[in-house]
Amino acid sequence: MTGSYGAMLDSLTRLRGIRGAMVVSVEDGLVVADSLIAGMKGPPLAALSATLTARVTELTGSSGYGLPRFLHLEGSDGALLIAPAGSDLLLVAVAGRDVPLGLLRLEMLRMAEQLT
Amino acid sequence: MTEDIRALSAQYAADPSSLVFLRLAEALRRRRQLDAALKIALQGLSRYPHLPEAHDLYARILTDKHDYANAFDEWDTVLRLSPDHLGAHKGIGFLYYRAGEPDHALYHLRLAAELDPDDAGLRAAVERVAGGEEIWEAPVPEAPPEREEEARAVTVAAGDPFVGLEGAEERLLLVDQDGFRLGGGLLSGQGIDVSEPAGALLAATTREAIRAARMLELGEWGHLTVEAAGVGICLLRPTHDTSLLCTMDAGLPAGQLSFFAERAAKAARAWLERVR
Repeated sequence: MTGSYGAMLDSLTRLRGIRGAMVVSVEDGLVVADSLIAGMKGPPLAALSATLTARVTELTGSSGYGLPRFLHLEGSDGALLIAPAGSDLLLVAVAGRDVPLGLLRLEMLRMAEQLT
Repeated sequence: MTEDIRALSAQYAADPSSLVFLRLAEALRRRRQLDAALKIALQGLSRYPHLPEAHDLYARILTDKHDYANAFDEWDTVLRLSPDHLGAHKGIGFLYYRAGEPDHALYHLRLAAELDPDDAGLRAAVERVAGGEEIWEAPVPEAPPEREEEARAVTVAAGDPFVGLEGAEERLLLVDQDGFRLGGGLLSGQGIDVSEPAGALLAATTREAIRAARMLELGEWGHLTVEAAGVGICLLRPTHDTSLLCTMDAGLPAGQLSFFAERAAKAARAWLERVR
């Protein structure tokens, strides 16, 4: 299973400026599969992504907007992108600065659809 | 019990950043070593300022020390972080009852009893405050009236930051770091006012976004955009101690949402400078 995720994640990390991508379990915030550049730690990224998504889901749920489809956390040095795939998995990517996020978003949404 | 405290103290000394401070301070509190319990609780709170259990523990110690005003504030903080916190509803209910405000006491004790229906003592307390068992047939009120009134008072006193902006009362929501509404308002897709529940979660989401940006070395947090069913949402911080939520219909260009959000943030900053 990890192998099929691996090919998908590798295709994401081949995009310019992507520091890493992973599939995360929503329930426990654990890494299911990852493709990260050297030095990037998977478990904290997975846990933070799951927690942030849970918070956003609470917010959108309480506001009557339903489930989030895509999250984009923008920092001055990079971005965290999360595409929930059903209720069990998250597709997560970390991008550096000056990355064409539009293409990345479309790819992630497409892949999240496949994961569902 | 002494052994427990010794063992917990040893664990805490070995790893002061662990959550064992909760058990240690509680054990000390039960032994009536309140100053020691207070010290440990405060150390834990400094490490975990957003942990509801840490505020709840601190509030219980303050109550034991008869510092009811600060205990109330701590439990109030717990409820902003975790609106369904059993201990906080029980604690605040007790403080209201003690202060001679049975309506507020009943509200919180009723919620606590809903959260823990097997607590016979709690049910008895509710019936005592309500003056009879028929209380269980009446529905629990929607929200504590005093919080809504406070938020309204702040807004009314200072005007609204988004006057003149499109969607000022239904698409823009400004809250402080505790989730209190400072201005604007938020309507759900069904036209229901969701400003209050969204406010508390907005503040919590902002804290999580800041933490994620810092720990993932993304630099200073700029904004968080979210695509949901039929709506685009943008969260940002006009100032270090406020959060702003903007929504737009899905399908509009992302740049338009950012522009709208930045414009609202600018208005919020100007308003905050004026009223503070």
